[in-house]
Amino acid sequence: MSGTAQRLQITAASPDPALLDLPWHVPLEDWPAENLAALPRGISRHVVRFARLSGRVIAIKEIGQTVAHREYELLRQLRKLDVPSVEPVGVITGRRAPDGEPLEAVLITQHLSFSLPYRALFSQSLRPDTATRLIDALAVLMVRLHLAGFYWGDVSLSNTLFRRDAETFAAYLVDAETGDLHDRLSVGQRSYDLEVARVNIIGELMDLQAGEFLDEDEDAVAIGDALAERYQELWKALTEVESFGYGERWRVQARIDRLNDLGFDVGELDITTDVEGTSVRIQPKVVDAGHHSRRLMRLTGLDVQENQARRLLNDLDEFRAATDRQAEDESFVAHDWLTEIFEPAVRSVPRELRTKLEPAQVYHELLDHRWYLSQQQGRDVPMPEVVTSYVRNILPTRPDEQAVLGTRAEDLRDSDTVGAPRVDDLDPDQLIG
Amino acid sequence: MATVTFDSATRIYPGTERPAVDALNLHIEDGEFLVLVGPSGCGKSTSLRMLAGLEDVNAGRILIGDRDVTDVQPKDRDIAMVFQNYALYPHMTVADNMGFALKIAGTPKAEIRTRVEEAAKILDLSQYLDRKPKALSGGQRQRVAMGRAIVRQPQVFLMDEPLSNLDAKLRVQTRTQIASLQRRLGVTTVYVTHDQTEALTMGDRIAVLKDGILQQVGTPRDMYDTPANVFVAGFIGSPAMNIGTFPVLDGAASVGQSRLLLPREAISRLSDDDKGHITVGFRPESLDVVPAGTPDSFPVEVNIVEELGSDAFVYGSLTNEFGQASQVHSGAGDAQVIVRVDPRQVPAKGDAIHVRIRPNEQHLFHAGSGERMS
Repeated sequence: MSGTAQRLQITAASPDPALLDLPWHVPLEDWPAENLAALPRGISRHVVRFARLSGRVIAIKEIGQTVAHREYELLRQLRKLDVPSVEPVGVITGRRAPDGEPLEAVLITQHLSFSLPYRALFSQSLRPDTATRLIDALAVLMVRLHLAGFYWGDVSLSNTLFRRDAETFAAYLVDAETGDLHDRLSVGQRSYDLEVARVNIIGELMDLQAGEFLDEDEDAVAIGDALAERYQELWKALTEVESFGYGERWRVQARIDRLNDLGFDVGELDITTDVEGTSVRIQPKVVDAGHHSRRLMRLTGLDVQENQARRLLNDLDEFRAATDRQAEDESFVAHDWLTEIFEPAVRSVPRELRTKLEPAQVYHELLDHRWYLSQQQGRDVPMPEVVTSYVRNILPTRPDEQAVLGTRAEDLRDSDTVGAPRVDDLDPDQLIG
Repeated sequence: MATVTFDSATRIYPGTERPAVDALNLHIEDGEFLVLVGPSGCGKSTSLRMLAGLEDVNAGRILIGDRDVTDVQPKDRDIAMVFQNYALYPHMTVADNMGFALKIAGTPKAEIRTRVEEAAKILDLSQYLDRKPKALSGGQRQRVAMGRAIVRQPQVFLMDEPLSNLDAKLRVQTRTQIASLQRRLGVTTVYVTHDQTEALTMGDRIAVLKDGILQQVGTPRDMYDTPANVFVAGFIGSPAMNIGTFPVLDGAASVGQSRLLLPREAISRLSDDDKGHITVGFRPESLDVVPAGTPDSFPVEVNIVEELGSDAFVYGSLTNEFGQASQVHSGAGDAQVIVRVDPRQVPAKGDAIHVRIRPNEQHLFHAGSGERMS
């Protein structure tokens, strides 16, 4: 496979032997098309390519050896902390071209299935408030990272991937190169991270405007500022000290409910009273994101994102009310909902359409479609009918999003997402820096 | 533009006893290029981040010019972190790539254009301003990224290991570019690296840190010629200085059967703490190969010869005759010395050569404290 001088060193938690079949002796820029999976890429200062490996897609980034190992470790730690981030696969060093020229080390991560870079999202002419919803998702991600003690150093839309999460998005960290894990972040670290995010996002949006992917009239600066506001609101809600009179103890539960509503569980709440016992101070000490997704997981075993879970739980509640089973143990009802409603619905999506959207996202759209049909027809349309209509009329118009193949992010417009251009249409110069 | 002052600035991480940065006192002149250097964990990055406002200062103060910024938010400090992010925007022109941060800040269009043009002139990018980044070479793209920081006209540039991502060749090129650019701009710059060669080649002055404590600050020449202690002596210079600790007998450092005559005032300065020993340092380039039997010389057994064309280095062991072999350390390890030899007269592997330290090129340190004697 390669020149005699090459002695590869692979660091990976569970190395896949198929890794050895990839052309490591060739600079990533020059990899042959047959090895590549053409996925939309963000703006990166490194050469990044996607490749197929044992039926999955991996992202490969050429980067200095020390930095590669460091980022690999950081990504592993972030996974342990349960922060939404890409899964590190490994680091390969010791690459050499056949002429003996040393090649840069690579960091390999698992491509996040059904994820989309922001450029693809903007190019799909989605709903007008796409930018706002991306910003909301990024604010949640930043708060979660900061709560875990992670200083990002280079927050941007390019360093984030987005997955549909019911009507919103969920954001995942992709690039941890400039990051650091601390016990606790200082105010300065958080505010600098936020300022970098603000400036980068505005820059990225201005770039989309320069490329005519985003309307000139959208106020890029206002969108960037909105991130800072959303972040501050959320941070305050999660960490603020609240004081009230002893008689207002209901406010303890109210605070917990509010945090649950925001999608967070309270792991530890600090409650102190003053010496006379007339006032109470509360402050959440440990909050964990994923309140709804954890609850759904416990009830049904379904592993979905936070807002999808919220939507599914609402449907479960409706099911419980409609079948008049409020008195019954919730987990029994949940089991029946899963086997009688959810699974038959997502299973009736024909196989060839299953790469369009994640099952939970399909179900979310089914619920939307049911509402729409019921409105239109003035009756409660039963799920099997909804599914038939959705599969026939809606799903085929959706782009394939499991791994958006064969097209440049910039070219991902509604009209041409169906037909996949050839891999060699890829423009290697799309990567700058 | 401004001076930077660390005034007994201290950073203690919660849950640790030893400060990550311990009472750092450092004054950086207006327009100066100061390099913070040291091994990992020495506190150099923490110091830089304290200046950037990313780390809390637990005691002491930090000033930019006359302004105490100890409790000022990072974005209000008028500093620029360079190279943290140099991904360029593909649809924007080079000019927009350089000026967009000013646009965000609400700077008037005409002023943005003026500042971008000034920066482009310094960076040799004037003729590319209306092109897209795609049309530029790798080096030009890097300069555009630098232009982003320049147009903001910050008081201080901060750079934290900006070259660690680059391959060896590009690292040397970029090193030179940054240093010459900084001199042209005259903006006070604080630069962090673990690489002493980078420090020596780039800095007007270098500050060496170890375990959170400033060891020495001075020009590259100061650090090389008069290291303040054994740590700095071993850290600065490549290959590293040979350093050994020997008993002092009859006015000389006793090295097996050989003797290194010591200046009288050095002997008079020995303290109780030194327990009759002295630490002697000698750089590989401060040794002459001499005939056997030359006074003050000692024998070295050649293990490897490294020929670099312009230079050649012998990596050798001290022979048994040299009784205190295990007391000597060098860049090549314990009981090893490195000797620079004439590249046209290299000894063979296995040979024994005799070397002598050139007069006045030895460095004497207290064996107890490690501090320089004179």
